[in-house]
Amino acid sequence: MSSTSMPETGTPSETTLRTRGRGFPVKALVIVVYLVFLLLPIYWLLTMALKTNQEILSTFNLFPDNPTLANFTVILTDPAWYMGYVNSTIYVVLNTLISVTVALPAAYAFSRYRFMGDKHLFFWLLTNRMAPPAVFALPFFQLYSSIGLFDTSLAVALAHCLFNVPLAVWILEGFMGGVPREIDETAYIDGYSFPRFFTRIFMPLIAPGIGVAAFFCFMFSWVELLLARTLTSVDAKPISATMTRTVSASGLDWGVLAAAGILTIIPGALVIYFVRNYIAKGFALGRV
Amino acid sequence: MLILENVGKRVGGEDHLSGVSLSLERGTLNNLLGPTLSGKTSLMRIMAGLDAPTSGRVLIDHRDVTGIGVRDRDVAMVYQQFINYPTLTVYENIASPLRVARLPREEIDRRVREAAELLRLAPMLERTPLHLSGGQQQRCALARALVKQADLVLLDEPLANLDYKLREELRVELPRIFAASGAILVYATTEPEEALLLGGNTATLHEGRITQCGPTLEVYRRPVDLRTARAFSDPPLNSLPVTKRGTGVQAPDGTSVAVGASLAGLPDGAYTLAFRPHLLGLDPSKAGPRVLSAQGRVSVAEITGSESFIHLEVLGQKWVSLTHGVTRAAPGADMTVHVDTDRCFVFDADDQLVVVPDHAEAA
Repeated sequence: MSSTSMPETGTPSETTLRTRGRGFPVKALVIVVYLVFLLLPIYWLLTMALKTNQEILSTFNLFPDNPTLANFTVILTDPAWYMGYVNSTIYVVLNTLISVTVALPAAYAFSRYRFMGDKHLFFWLLTNRMAPPAVFALPFFQLYSSIGLFDTSLAVALAHCLFNVPLAVWILEGFMGGVPREIDETAYIDGYSFPRFFTRIFMPLIAPGIGVAAFFCFMFSWVELLLARTLTSVDAKPISATMTRTVSASGLDWGVLAAAGILTIIPGALVIYFVRNYIAKGFALGRV
Repeated sequence: MLILENVGKRVGGEDHLSGVSLSLERGTLNNLLGPTLSGKTSLMRIMAGLDAPTSGRVLIDHRDVTGIGVRDRDVAMVYQQFINYPTLTVYENIASPLRVARLPREEIDRRVREAAELLRLAPMLERTPLHLSGGQQQRCALARALVKQADLVLLDEPLANLDYKLREELRVELPRIFAASGAILVYATTEPEEALLLGGNTATLHEGRITQCGPTLEVYRRPVDLRTARAFSDPPLNSLPVTKRGTGVQAPDGTSVAVGASLAGLPDGAYTLAFRPHLLGLDPSKAGPRVLSAQGRVSVAEITGSESFIHLEVLGQKWVSLTHGVTRAAPGADMTVHVDTDRCFVFDADDQLVVVPDHAEAA
C-alpha cells in the first residue's frame, strides 16, 4: 500500500529532495496511514462499545454522540458474562503452567542430548501444530465425557497442551541452544546436582525464552475457540463461547458484544507488553 | 597422582584418542602441546570425568575412577571460551563451588576475597560477568577454579581468546597462582612458546597419540621424532629430506649438499635434516666448512620490528629464516642461506631422532 510513497529507499530523487527541503514528513505520513488502517477495526470496536444499540444501528458517526459505559457495566455485573472471563483465565493459566513445565525438560533433552530418532521426534512435535483442532475435537469430547472431565477447566487446559507443548518445546529449545554447553559442564564440575543446576543456573539464563514460550501458550490458548467450546457446556464456559451465544429474542446485543471484545483484547495486549523485546525471537521459535 | 593407562576414545568410528598413557604428579605443571584437533580437549575431558574413555583406565591416587562422573571427582576446569554464570555476580560466580559444598559463610567469604585479590577482581565483585572485559571474565573463571582447591586443575587453552597484552600478563601469573595449591595442573596449548614459558613437563600430542612426554626443555631439545619436533616449533621447523650414499649426501633435486660430520657415522639411506628457523642465517660470514650454503628465492618477508621472518624456497623446500631486527628482502629476490649442519636434528626414514645437535643451545 505504501509502494508509491516510499521514494526515500532509492536514490534521492527530486521529489524527496523537495519534500525534505520543505520539511514535508513523507515517512511520518506512511506510518500514520498504515496505523490508521491497522487500528480502524479496533477503533470501531471501541466506539461501538461506547454507544447504545440504538445509536449503532441508526446512525453512522466516528464519535459516539453520548458515550456510555453501560455495556461494560452489563458485562462486569452479570455473572453469565464475567464468569466467561474467569473460566477462560483459569484454563489459559493452567495450560500455560502445564505446557511450560512439561516443555522445559523436554527442550533441555532435545538441546543437549543426542538419542535415537531425536530429530524425527522433534519435527513430529511441530507437525502437531499443523493439524486442525477440529480433528481432535471429537476424540477429546468422547474421552473427556467418559472419564468425567467434560465441562471442566482442566479439560480445556489439557486439550490445548496438544498445540502448546510442541510450540513451547520448539521455542525453549531455540533459546537453550544459545546457552553454551560448557556452562552446564562448569556447573557439574562445581558440583551442582542436575535439579539445582537447572533451577538456579539454567532457568535464569533462559528466562526471556520462558517468558516468550509462556506468552505464546497464553495467546494461543486465549484465542482458541473450537476446542474450548466443544469441551465445555455451563460450568467452564469460556468467554469466546459466551460471546457467540448472545443472540437473544431482541436480536444481537451489539454494544455489549463490542465491550466484551475490547475486554478480550486487553489481557493479550498486557502480556505482549512484558515480552515485547523478545517477541521477534519467539516468532522465529527462538532461532535468531 | 593422576595416571592414564592406555586410554582411548572413539567417537562415531573415529579415533579421537588412542593408547594414551600418562602419569602426572601432584604439584606439577603439565603442558599438553599439540595443534588443533590433536586431542587435547578430548584428553582433558576424560581427565575431568566429563567423558568416559572407550578403552583404558584412569587412576587418581591409585583409585580407579574411570567410570566416575565429574560431580564425584575433585576437579576444576577453565575453558578457552570465557565461561561464567551470566546471571550471578562475580562474587557468586567465584563462591559457587563453595556454596554447593555447603561451606560456612565466613569461610566462603574469606576464600572468595582471597582469590579475588589474587586475580585482581576485588573491585568488581558486585558486577555480573557480562559487564567485565574479556580478561576479567577469564580471571573470574580462573578464580572459580582456584577457590575450589581441587586436586586436579585443567586449563584448556585459557589464554587463547585473550588479546596479546593480557595473555602475556596472565601467563606470568598463572603458574604462580596455582603453584601454592599443590594441585596437578594441566595446561593445554597450541603454542610451543607458551609451553616453554610455563616450563614444567610437556606431553606433545599428534592425532590423538602422545608422541613424547617429559620435562619441557628436554622435549624441546631432544624431540624423539619429527612430529614432536614439528609440534614443538613455531615458526615451523625447516626440514630437508636427504639421501646418503657413502660419503655423498644429496638433496631431493639431486644437488649435493655438504652436511659435514653429522651423517658420518650413519648407514646409507634416507634421512631428514631439521633445524629451527633462527639457525637459518642470511649473513655470508656464517659460511664455513660445516655449513650448508644454498641459493634460495624469497617468497614472503614478515617484519615485526624486533624480528624478521623471511620465507624462502630453498632446494625445493619451504624454509623460514628468523633474524633479529629488520631484514629487508624483496619477494622474488635470490639470497644465499647458511645453516650449520652440526646444529641440525637428523631423523631417520621412520622419522625417529638419530642425531642430536652437539650444542645445547642448538635446539
